[in-house]
Order: sequence, then structure tokens, then C-alpha cells
Amino acid sequence: MAQMILEVEDLTVSFDGFKAVDGVNFYVEQDELRCVIGPNGAGKTTLLDMICGKTKPTSGTIKFNRRELSEMLEYQITRAGVGRKFQNPSVYEDLTVLENLEISYPRKRNVLGSLFFRRSSEIQGKIESVAHQIYLGDSLGMKAGLLSHGQKQWLEIGMLLMQDPELLLLDEPVAGMSPREREQTAVLLNAISKGRSIVVIEHDMAFVRMIAHKVTVLHQGKLLAEGTMDQVQSDERVIEVYLGH
Amino acid sequence: MENVLPAAAAPAAKKSPLALMERWGWLILAVLLLVVLPLWLDVFRLTLAAKYLSLGFCAVGLVLIWGYGGILSLGQGVFFGLGSYMMAMFLKLEAASNPDSSSGTALSAFFGGEGMPDFMVWNSVEVLPWWWEPFHHVGFTIPAILLIPALSAFVFSYAVFRKRVGGVYFSIITLALSAILAIMIIGQQGYTGGVNGINDFRTFMGLDLNNDKAKHVMYFITVVTLLGVVGIGTFILRSRLGKILVAIRDREDRVRFSGYDPAMFKAFIYAVAALFSAIGGALFTIQVGLASPSLVGIVPSVEMVIYAAVGGRLSLIGAVYGSLIVGSAKTLFSENFVEYWMYFIGGLFVFVVMFLPEGLAGLLARLREGKNRRENV
Repeated sequence: MAQMILEVEDLTVSFDGFKAVDGVNFYVEQDELRCVIGPNGAGKTTLLDMICGKTKPTSGTIKFNRRELSEMLEYQITRAGVGRKFQNPSVYEDLTVLENLEISYPRKRNVLGSLFFRRSSEIQGKIESVAHQIYLGDSLGMKAGLLSHGQKQWLEIGMLLMQDPELLLLDEPVAGMSPREREQTAVLLNAISKGRSIVVIEHDMAFVRMIAHKVTVLHQGKLLAEGTMDQVQSDERVIEVYLGH
Repeated sequence: MENVLPAAAAPAAKKSPLALMERWGWLILAVLLLVVLPLWLDVFRLTLAAKYLSLGFCAVGLVLIWGYGGILSLGQGVFFGLGSYMMAMFLKLEAASNPDSSSGTALSAFFGGEGMPDFMVWNSVEVLPWWWEPFHHVGFTIPAILLIPALSAFVFSYAVFRKRVGGVYFSIITLALSAILAIMIIGQQGYTGGVNGINDFRTFMGLDLNNDKAKHVMYFITVVTLLGVVGIGTFILRSRLGKILVAIRDREDRVRFSGYDPAMFKAFIYAVAALFSAIGGALFTIQVGLASPSLVGIVPSVEMVIYAAVGGRLSLIGAVYGSLIVGSAKTLFSENFVEYWMYFIGGLFVFVVMFLPEGLAGLLARLREGKNRRENV
């Protein structure tokens, strides 16, 4: 069996008695690109929220490289090597693209370090190469708030790349993108998945087909099916709850 | 730093009038404060200007925490007051131990409280409280002014921010703090001078504070310190920490997922603002000759916010102008029609919030932008 980077076991969270995620087991291997699909309210975003520390689970364990994450604070989880992209692009709109990327550089994240931080040529080079990779090489000086919706999505992925996480959690990375931008994003994700694991939540089946190694289907907080895209698409229960209509 | 900016960023930086004004504004402000005002104003008016500038320290701190950190503190009077009272304690003890001073010393001696501040004698406090003792020494007083308010601000605000209490709730807590401190000072008359405050000092380390030369010297010390504080603020805002502050102000939740602990950064900048306020408070007390609960409570704390708002809460230099302008207006009003002052400042605040959300600095920026646009057409 390949090395597991993420082991989620028996994970449950309930909000006022409503179980948004209910006893889910979820394993991600190293270098894997996993897609999580499911109808609205299936618990996909909540699952990612728990892995990255935004929501505290009611019970269950989340092990990342054998370290338990559920007791850690968000910034500690980020420093441990988990990167999260949110459903609505969350970039710092009043800062430039360059500053957005620079802030995400994973050093000097304490008060004094950041006060006396100087941008070395190494960091400058890394910022430029990431900006180029996310198709924003010419927009470094632009305020992030002025970018198009799709460009903000890319910028947020770029911010994660600056962090160089071992595990990337992407919530609907192509929402609101044109077909052309979707293709570019698929190329981007395939390129960056080398050397790290990625979990993607997505509704667009054509896009999932372009990128996924393996697909997990959630339904009403429970794990419904798991396998390759073809296996999942031919699964009776999946067709019934999700793909059928 | 500018030379490593990519080509795309350079024209954007050049075009931003706010950035231009911040650059040249510093020089203009220095010339105004160091040359124009001392030549133009008589000693009485110059001391008034020094008084507004002392309050300007709080406004500069508010630009950092409110304008860039998104933390609206309605309790900067607390830190101003701490600095002011600690300095007053030192000055009072110096006055009390000086037999030539008329600072109630003869009366103290008569009642057997030699070397005691006069108000303690009147309040039948017979022994100097232990926490007054260290303020005999300037070597304790000045570090205490620089450290105690900043450290208390850090500990208090970190505890609050860690619990993720922010926004309007934080403002209310700070408002309550300033009310509590003022009430405590008034209540403990024997130890703090009560509602009268601590006053009637003559000398600061032997320097006679009442002659014109000393007033000029103190004015220049105030201005140079204030410019230094603006310089420190500029350095902070231009650093990576400054960018992180803006990020926290706009999307605190997201910053956690960039690997930062926002509570630590907010507490740090809050402590810096507290330090600035305490310095302002100490300078105020030396020049105005008074530490009073009326400078600690809610009203002065809110007035400091108005200084920052009028000057422009995104402009450190604007905060200095805001303090000078609103302070002068206050004096003008209280010399002529004192009863309308509160209405005026209330109206001014509403006006600025509604029509000039970025204050005078923002207005200037807008005018310049308009001009640029017309020229480009």
C-alpha cells in the first residue's frame, strides 16, 4: 500500500444535532489528485473545513503525516503543510498580486521576522515563477481587487503554491470560470500535483474527468462511493442520488 | 526596496497621489512644525500647539491600529493617561522634594509630610504609597512610561484577540476601560489627586518649565519625537508586517490559512499604538503641567479618534494635521462660544464619516486624481 499522507477516520461533526459529516473515513495517498463530489449539502466543504481547522470535529481523528490535526489551530495546520483554497476566491484585495504572493511565502511568519523582512532575489524569483505559472506574470503590480473572478481563483492557488504545502485542499477552483479558463486550470492543477497531494471539490464533471485520479462521492454527510471516475459513474447509488438527474 | 519592484508596479506607485503625499508630506510637515510655527506663534500659542501635537501621538497610533489594522480603539486615553500620570508622579515628587518650590511644600512640612505631594497631605495620606516610590528616579520613570502601557496593552489585547473578540465588541471593551480608569483615578483621590488631577510642577530634572526657553526646548523635543514616531509608523507600514496588517483588516480568517497568528500581530500593533500614546501623554504633562482624569476618560479617547478621522485614517501625517486642526478649532471655540463645542465636534465627525471617509488626506488625493485625469484627457 502506498504511503498515506492524510488519514481521516470516523469523522463526525454535528451542528445543533444535524450531522453535516457523519462517520466518514477518507484516505489520501502521496502524490494523489483526489476529487470529492456530491450534491449540495453533502458535507464536502465541511470535510475540508475540518481538515484545515476552520471547523472543529465533534468526534473522529484527522491524521496528516501521522500528526493529529484536530487539536491544532488553523495557522499551525497551515505551517504543518496543509494549504486551503476557499469556495469564494479569498485574496487580499487591497494588496497587489506581488504582495499577496509575498505574504504567502512560508518564512518569517512571526511579528519581528515580518517587520524586518527583506525580499531577497530568491524570493523574488519564486514569486515571479509562481505568477507566471498562474498566468498572472504580467499583473504583479496590480491590486488583487481589480482582477477578474477567474484570475482571483488563480491567485489564490498561487498563494498556496508559495506556501509549498504537501497537501492542497481546493474548494471549487473553477467556479465562475470560462471554458478556456477551466482548461488552463486543469493544466495548472496537473502541473502542480507533482510532488504533492491535492483534494479538489468540484461540481463540473467534465473538469473532474480531466484531472481526477480517484473520485470520492459524499451524500448527506456519509461516504457513498469511491473509485475511478468510470467506476463511480456506473455505480447505481451514485446515479440515483447525484448523476442521475 | 523600490528598486526590486517589478516594472509593472512602478507606474502604479508613481500615480498614487496618496503615496506621493506621504513622501513629500513628511518634509512639508517637518518644515511647518520646526520652522513656520515657531517663527509665527508666540510662546503661549506654541505651547498650545505642543499640547495638540502631544495628543497627535495617539492619533498616529490610531492610524496604525484603526486605519491599517482595523481595530477601532475608543480607549487610547487609557495609555495616554498612564504616560501622563507616570510623568506627573515624577514631576510631583521632584516638586515636593524641592524646598524652593511653592508646590504646597510648606504646608506639607507643617503637617509633617515633608517630601510628600501636597494633595496626599490634604487627603491625610501619611506615608507615600509604595508604588509612588520608584517615581523618585527618572531612570525608572522613563523606561516605565515606555514599557508599562505597551506591555499592558499587549497582554490585554492578546487575551481578547486570542478569543477572537474583535470589531465593535473590542471598541466597547476599550471604551469601558477608559471609563473605568477615569473613575478609579477620581475615586482614589488620596493617591491620584482625584478629579483635580496632579498639577503644580515647576521643574523637570532641574529645568525650570515656566520660562520661554524651556517651553521652546520642550516644543522641539515634542516635534522631533512626533516625527520620529511617524517615521517608525511608516517603516512598519512599508514592511511585510504592514501588508499583513492590511490583510488581517480585510480578511482576518484567510490570514490564519496563510500561516499567521492574527492575534499576535494585532496585539503587537496595539502595543505600538499604546506606546505612542504614552509618550504623548508624558510630553503633554511636562508642557501643560497637568495630569487629569478628564484626559483619560471616554470624551478625550473619542476625540483622538476624531483627530485621526479628520486627518485621514490611512495617513500617519494626516493624523498630525488632524490633531492640530481639530485642537486649534477646539481652542477657538472654547475662547468664543464654549457651549457649542460638543455640537461642533459631533457634527464634524458625522460630516467626515459621511463625506470624507478618508479624511483630509483622502480629499487631497481625490483632488489630485481629478487634476491628473483632466490633464490626461
